[in-house]
Amino acid sequence: MTTTAIENPLHGLTPEQIDAIGRELDALHDEVKAELGERDARYIRGIIDLHRRLALIGRVLLIGSRFRPLWLAGTATLSMAKILENMEIGHNVMHGQWDWMNDPVINSSAWDWDSASTPEAWKHSHNYVHHTYTNIRGKDKDLGYEIMRIDPQQSWHPAYLAQPLYNLLLMAFFEWGVAFHDLDFDALRSGEKTKSQLRRELKGMAGKAQRQIVKDYVAWPALSGLLMTAIDFAVASRDLDLGSLRPATKPKTKARKTFESARSKVKRRRRKSAAGVVRELVERKAFRAPFRSTVTADFTANIVRNVWAYAIIFCGHFPDQTYTFSQKETDDETRGGRYVRQLIGAANIEGGPLFHVISGNLGYQVEHHLFPDMPSTRYGEIAPQVRAICERYGLPYNTGPFFKQLGMVQRTIARLAFPGGEPRPKPGPYRSRNGGAPKDRGVDEIAESMAS
Amino acid sequence: MPERGARPNVPTLQRRVLRAVGAFTSPLLPDDYLELINPLWSTRELRGEIESIDSETPDAATVVIRPGYEWMGHEPGQYLRIGIDIDGRRHWRAYSLTSDPDRPDGRISITIKNVDEGVVSPHLVRRRRPGSLVALGGVEGTFLLPDPLPEKLLFVSAGSGITPIMSMLRSLAHDDSLDDAVLLHSARAAEEVIFGRRLRALSERHPGFRLHEQLTAEMGRMAPSDLDELCPDWREREVFLSGPAGLLDAMTEHFEREGRTEHLRMERFQPVIGGDVEEGEGGVIRFRASDSEAESDGSIPILVAGENAGVVLPYGCREGICHTCVGKLCSGRVRDLRTGDVYGQDGEMIRTCVSAPEGPVEVEL
Repeated sequence: MTTTAIENPLHGLTPEQIDAIGRELDALHDEVKAELGERDARYIRGIIDLHRRLALIGRVLLIGSRFRPLWLAGTATLSMAKILENMEIGHNVMHGQWDWMNDPVINSSAWDWDSASTPEAWKHSHNYVHHTYTNIRGKDKDLGYEIMRIDPQQSWHPAYLAQPLYNLLLMAFFEWGVAFHDLDFDALRSGEKTKSQLRRELKGMAGKAQRQIVKDYVAWPALSGLLMTAIDFAVASRDLDLGSLRPATKPKTKARKTFESARSKVKRRRRKSAAGVVRELVERKAFRAPFRSTVTADFTANIVRNVWAYAIIFCGHFPDQTYTFSQKETDDETRGGRYVRQLIGAANIEGGPLFHVISGNLGYQVEHHLFPDMPSTRYGEIAPQVRAICERYGLPYNTGPFFKQLGMVQRTIARLAFPGGEPRPKPGPYRSRNGGAPKDRGVDEIAESMAS
Repeated sequence: MPERGARPNVPTLQRRVLRAVGAFTSPLLPDDYLELINPLWSTRELRGEIESIDSETPDAATVVIRPGYEWMGHEPGQYLRIGIDIDGRRHWRAYSLTSDPDRPDGRISITIKNVDEGVVSPHLVRRRRPGSLVALGGVEGTFLLPDPLPEKLLFVSAGSGITPIMSMLRSLAHDDSLDDAVLLHSARAAEEVIFGRRLRALSERHPGFRLHEQLTAEMGRMAPSDLDELCPDWREREVFLSGPAGLLDAMTEHFEREGRTEHLRMERFQPVIGGDVEEGEGGVIRFRASDSEAESDGSIPILVAGENAGVVLPYGCREGICHTCVGKLCSGRVRDLRTGDVYGQDGEMIRTCVSAPEGPVEVEL
């Protein structure tokens, strides 16, 4: 395997410096912990409230989804609701970020989300395995999710040739990918997990799948179908009855004439047979059309949510700036060492307040990985202090605009489908091997060096 | 899961409808949406709305609560666990129910003495306003009137120890059975007698009920030996005792000497918290689900102590970040080994991998 070793900034630090970083970050953590209170509680309750309102509005709009504008508005609203529910609420609540509230519902041990993963399986694979062994090759199973080669130091296999394809599939069906990933077939092979345990987990997942399918593809579409049929039926029968109630003396306008001719058509049809109205409803696809349009809307909302979650999460650890670690490098890791690994193994995404809310504040992936159970709203507040610590110790603070980060990830996935590949150049600052001063290399400079 | 309110008495039909509607809301419950309209409609936990907060004395108040669903009922003398959100955190406390269980308007009341350095009582007594919500937990307690009712009763109380007795007296008066009862109640001064006005009115209306107020500022404390003078026939009576630990201990001793222990019932309404354990000395951990015990010297986290004793416990990162190992604290307090903070109240979820016992603790694991 060819590896041009890029020096890991971890090794540029003395043990004393690593300890000092640990102390500074611990202090930051304790400071925030002591401050938590009403303001934070109001925030998460407000977001949960917002999600429920959006979900309700989206669902109601989709009852009329056979009409294009309602389909669009409903799908957009429902997608947004699902995104909030997964990212800012589900992911963060299940991390235990709000456990300090001692609320019986907004709690990591009580929460369930609108996703294919059961909370138990996900909390194990994500909170425990991924957040404990972050970016340690061979231990962090989220590095490429066991199906992709995302780091040149993973050895190549012909199966990876197809990875651009299943990258796309994973993007669209991310929640299912994650759910299967949580099952951790690897642990079954290695004997860490028993077959009966796997059976139990599969059953749990099947239950989750069933409830999601019933909700999105049966219950709501059927409700749309029934309500729209009822409306169509009411309209059809009202038109039939109106004529006899109208005073005949009323002067006939042009509109009125059109109305009457339309009505007489309906009347004629009714006179044809007793099942006229029913036939009309069938012709109009009174049930089928809204059922089908609601199914497509719900399906689209799920895909939108999946693609968004995929994009945010893949930008967390796979952009060029992040570092991975060998298991040997993390033997006897100290508390400070763990912080450094989390710090340089993750990458932020730059964005405005709305972006951060709908990405579950995972645009602050660095802060999230330092303190996974700190309420997400606090990440943005501590970001300047984290960045200052990085600057003081010559550590990179990985960040970049959304599309740039995502672009780097996609480039890596495409490149590493083929054998070889080298670690991408990292932007500074980092200490050189001989312990010199931190050197700041701008992105442009790297681009130049790549071009030459 | 953290402690939550009791399951409300939801009519069967409503429960069935809600379950069916659950197909539309999964994994949320219809409740989650209904709560947007009215939080009292939660069928997940019983909640109540504070209807009024009435001062009893300068530092005690009766809180009247309207439960969201039909009140599940209680026996006079029992207490209610009540959950209240203060500064973003939910706190649970137990307070004696002071209302007559058969109140026609379905309301319940608790009476609370303010403890200035406390967290919850100042909120309920001074800061909360009518209209705010509380979670109503289980009704508990074995300090009850016996059935059948004894002919002669003696109640002895001090301070806020009157609260469970008030519920008993109200219920007795309601059933017209206040025929031969004596209440010896201690308070510092007349205006500090919780329910003073009501008690005096009760004794006027019911000739069979005699009230003695021991006002300690002028009359000194009541000693067990005073019983002969204050209630000469106390040896013929079933005795109900409620008050601070000092009074309870002195009375228990006295009743033992007189061989009347089986006629004494009491309510220790101030729980023993922590005891005299020195800081960071650890303690015995009781695991409820696995019915086993372990010990920690204060430096070993609960998780490790349990594992060393052969208890199978959930674990994850072992550094306090992943929340896999959480368990519900049933009693006692714990120390966060990372920060040294001592915390924990009944029903709180604790991370066993970074918490050591601070005195005896019990965990639902």
